[in-house]
Amino acid sequence: MDLMHSLRLVAPEELLSLSGLALLLAAAWLGSARAARVITWLSIAVLATCTVLVLPGLSNPAGAEVQAFGGLYSADAFAAFAKVLIYIAAAATLAVAPPFLEKAGAARAEYPILVLFAAMGMGIMVSAQNLLTLYIGLELNSLAAYVLAAFLKTDERSAEAGLKYFVLGALASGILLFGMSLTYGFTGTTSYAGIAAALQGGIAKGALFGLTFVLAGLAFKVSAVPFHMWTPDVYEGAPTPVTAFFASAPKVAALGLTMRVALEAFGTQAAAWQQIVIFAAIASIVVGALGAIGQTNLKRLLAYSSINNVGFILIGLAAATPAGASAMLVYLAIYVAMTVGGFVAVLMLKDGAGNQLEMLGDVAGLSRTRPLIAAGLAMVMFSLAGIPPLFGFWGKFVVFQAAVEAGMVPLAALGIAASVIGAFYYLKVVKVMYFDDPAGKVIGQSDMVHAVLLLASALFISPAGYLLTKCLGHFAETAAAVLFAGA
Amino acid sequence: MFGLPILSLMLLVPLAGAVACLLVEAKTARTIALAATTVDFLLGIVLWNRYEIGGAQWQFTENAPLFAGFAWKLGIDGIALMLIELSVFLMPICILASHAIEKRVGEYMAAFLLMEVLMIGVFAAQDLFLFYIFFEAGLIPMYLIIGIWGGAERIYASYKFFLYTLLGSVLMLIAMLWMVNEAGTTDIPTLMAYDFPVAAQKWLWLAFFASFAVKMPMWPVHTWLPDAHVQAPTAGSVILAGVLLKMGGYGFIRFSLPMFPQASADYAVLIFALSMVAVVYTSLVALVQHDMKKLIAYSSVAHMAIVTVGLFAFNTQGLEGSMVVMLSHGLVSGALFLCVGVIYDRLHTREIDRYGGLSINMPKYALFFMLFTMASVGLPGTSGFVGEFLSLAGIYQVSSWVTLVCTTGIILGAGYMLYLYRRVAFGEQKNADAAAMPDLNAREWIMLAPIAAAVLWMGVYPESFLAPMRADIAALDARLAAARPQGDAKPTAGQPMVAEEHAAHGAAPEGAH
Repeated sequence: MDLMHSLRLVAPEELLSLSGLALLLAAAWLGSARAARVITWLSIAVLATCTVLVLPGLSNPAGAEVQAFGGLYSADAFAAFAKVLIYIAAAATLAVAPPFLEKAGAARAEYPILVLFAAMGMGIMVSAQNLLTLYIGLELNSLAAYVLAAFLKTDERSAEAGLKYFVLGALASGILLFGMSLTYGFTGTTSYAGIAAALQGGIAKGALFGLTFVLAGLAFKVSAVPFHMWTPDVYEGAPTPVTAFFASAPKVAALGLTMRVALEAFGTQAAAWQQIVIFAAIASIVVGALGAIGQTNLKRLLAYSSINNVGFILIGLAAATPAGASAMLVYLAIYVAMTVGGFVAVLMLKDGAGNQLEMLGDVAGLSRTRPLIAAGLAMVMFSLAGIPPLFGFWGKFVVFQAAVEAGMVPLAALGIAASVIGAFYYLKVVKVMYFDDPAGKVIGQSDMVHAVLLLASALFISPAGYLLTKCLGHFAETAAAVLFAGA
Repeated sequence: MFGLPILSLMLLVPLAGAVACLLVEAKTARTIALAATTVDFLLGIVLWNRYEIGGAQWQFTENAPLFAGFAWKLGIDGIALMLIELSVFLMPICILASHAIEKRVGEYMAAFLLMEVLMIGVFAAQDLFLFYIFFEAGLIPMYLIIGIWGGAERIYASYKFFLYTLLGSVLMLIAMLWMVNEAGTTDIPTLMAYDFPVAAQKWLWLAFFASFAVKMPMWPVHTWLPDAHVQAPTAGSVILAGVLLKMGGYGFIRFSLPMFPQASADYAVLIFALSMVAVVYTSLVALVQHDMKKLIAYSSVAHMAIVTVGLFAFNTQGLEGSMVVMLSHGLVSGALFLCVGVIYDRLHTREIDRYGGLSINMPKYALFFMLFTMASVGLPGTSGFVGEFLSLAGIYQVSSWVTLVCTTGIILGAGYMLYLYRRVAFGEQKNADAAAMPDLNAREWIMLAPIAAAVLWMGVYPESFLAPMRADIAALDARLAAARPQGDAKPTAGQPMVAEEHAAHGAAPEGAH
């Protein structure tokens, strides 16, 4: 493959990096604070262009034609599916940021630019075909993310979140690197295809250790139990738009990456990692559900909810079948909409002076004072709980269907029974909003962009979303087939 | 038939009404809700008229493959038809009964109309997963109805209702996924004829049982019902008792029995045991209640136990009887809750002791109340008698003991219902405020009179209601024939008289008779 072909395949990443640099220069010239809003919207435009650029790739099968740079990077249907989700999530969470940051006195042009670089890193993560490409993408995303978490320099909680995220992220990266080096040592290669070929006959003890460490490192990134402890603290401390971003786009990227590593690189040794994934899935569902029960902060509650959801998504991975992988992608698409909707609703909670509210007690009786926000948040909650006819049910449905088809009925039964625990705290939020007397705290006006985004995600997770199941399922199946092309 | 998708239309009308109710203010919302439910009731009459008795098993079928993995597939047989009729008949009455609701009327009406959509959907769905979606979705509006407009303990009751029924249902979903994987189709009629491996049937049956037993509700998982009933507003109780409880029975008759006949036969003993306990235990509990709604709620559990016993009798009488008990209980318990609602609206208490001698100042009310009390007891001439008689006749062919125990339920039922009636309607007027209550107004009369007419119709000429279901129940009976258990009566043919003996007798002078 010649260089020009490779450069064509990585067009989204090129666009992101060049426009990121150009916007950085523009920010330096125009003044960071003054240009913040313009640059935010330009960044959203860049992300939208990138989405359009990757759309044709949704039907690319795996193969040499979509491999760039001698097999380091692949622009196949799987990468395209994940990138569409990543770019849309990044753009949506970027769009809600300016009002929040302006109020906090931190409206700076670096914010959207960091998001652009993070999005680029995430794109590389899901396209990686080699452990080294993976690591570069992961670190590019993480570095941007650490800064974003600490973006409110004067806010102690934000600084704490950034520091925590950095220390634990660095630890996770270390574990991941250790696993990668073991894998390299025992297979003699860092390319996914090479690892899969080397493990064809059986897996050596050392490579098994390598696999375990790699999975542990990735579990940190997707915040799966038992490596989830950082999530509630970081989600609570980080500025709300940043939390919305963390909970959506990087989740997609990290899970996409995990799928690639597990199903492509270690796909020939599925039995070696299935039990790890099964444990992580069940533990995440249970811990995520139990942990959320006592929470009074909505952001913390949503953090536990994201741990809970990752557990459900991992059930699809545990199945280790094309149907399971496709189910994970469908779930991720729905999860992004629910997460964005949930956090946007939280962002819309403001008191009379325009200060953000994020405690559960603040939303008491919200259905009477702000019926639309309450209805949106209630839909997100029921959807997260997986109650039909909301679209969140469909995500759980396809994941459990894949598990049952793979013969894992006990796992499915256990997982779904544990989902009832989760329903309890989702219901609690609805109860506070609908049954309790109004606290009268949420009286501030909310931004137009927020309302539009909440409406859009509410529409997506409403029963109308089921009309998308065919199209979503088709693209997810094409994307999942890529991961099994080599098998 | 001219291709009008009448079932989809029946789903669409209340759905559109629900959306409209959210957008307008209280008075308009009431009108819209009443209009939407009335239109649906009229559509229901059209449906019944156009239903061909003895025609195809599944009529009014629609199939639109809109979704991945399942389809928008509707269609009804006689059993579903009758339950849909029950739902659309009760809904306008519920809307009328919601006169006392003052707060958040638009949302209230929207929740009720949504309930109607989901109830009709449950009975009309012909796709397994479509059924599940309708079946589960009912949790959301019911949770809101109990939680927002309920009584003092409403929050506890709403949680209990939601989590209980959710836990029951999710296991059923896993079983459904397994079945679809095994049979390769989501089509309910096909699945009803599919023979699942006997070993798997047991697990599947238990998973479905977990869901339907909670919905039904069967002892010992009935405890959500009294709480939910007591705390729900009047119309909520009517819908709960009238239609939602029927979803459990419908589930047994549509899924458990035809799909897992062998497992149903094996576990029939379990059903009988739970039902016998329920009949006696909940009747006794009902006897000592001070709260009218609680009393009726417990009586519901007892009546539903008669339904389950009849269903698992594995014969035509039992199945037909169960269906009639379900329809009759839907009408009668609904009407009883309305009767409670009528006096609750006046005095704002459900304490039985706060009333007394109402037949003096509310004679019309007392008349209706008596009719429904008698129907609940199972007096011949009312719907209750037909159903209970058939059910018990069906179970008598299987087990005399079960019949014996369940029949005590009728006696106890007479006990608690007549005791309730005596304390409320007869005796002296010991409370001045209760004695000052005015009799039924026009609205209440319009609510109660149609139900009274239906109860008498079903009691005097049940053929109208049995005819549409007969072919379907016969088909189900044929499906169950292979697994039918042996009855315990073991009737033996009498010994024919021995010839010589006869001759010897004939020889005797007195044997000439």
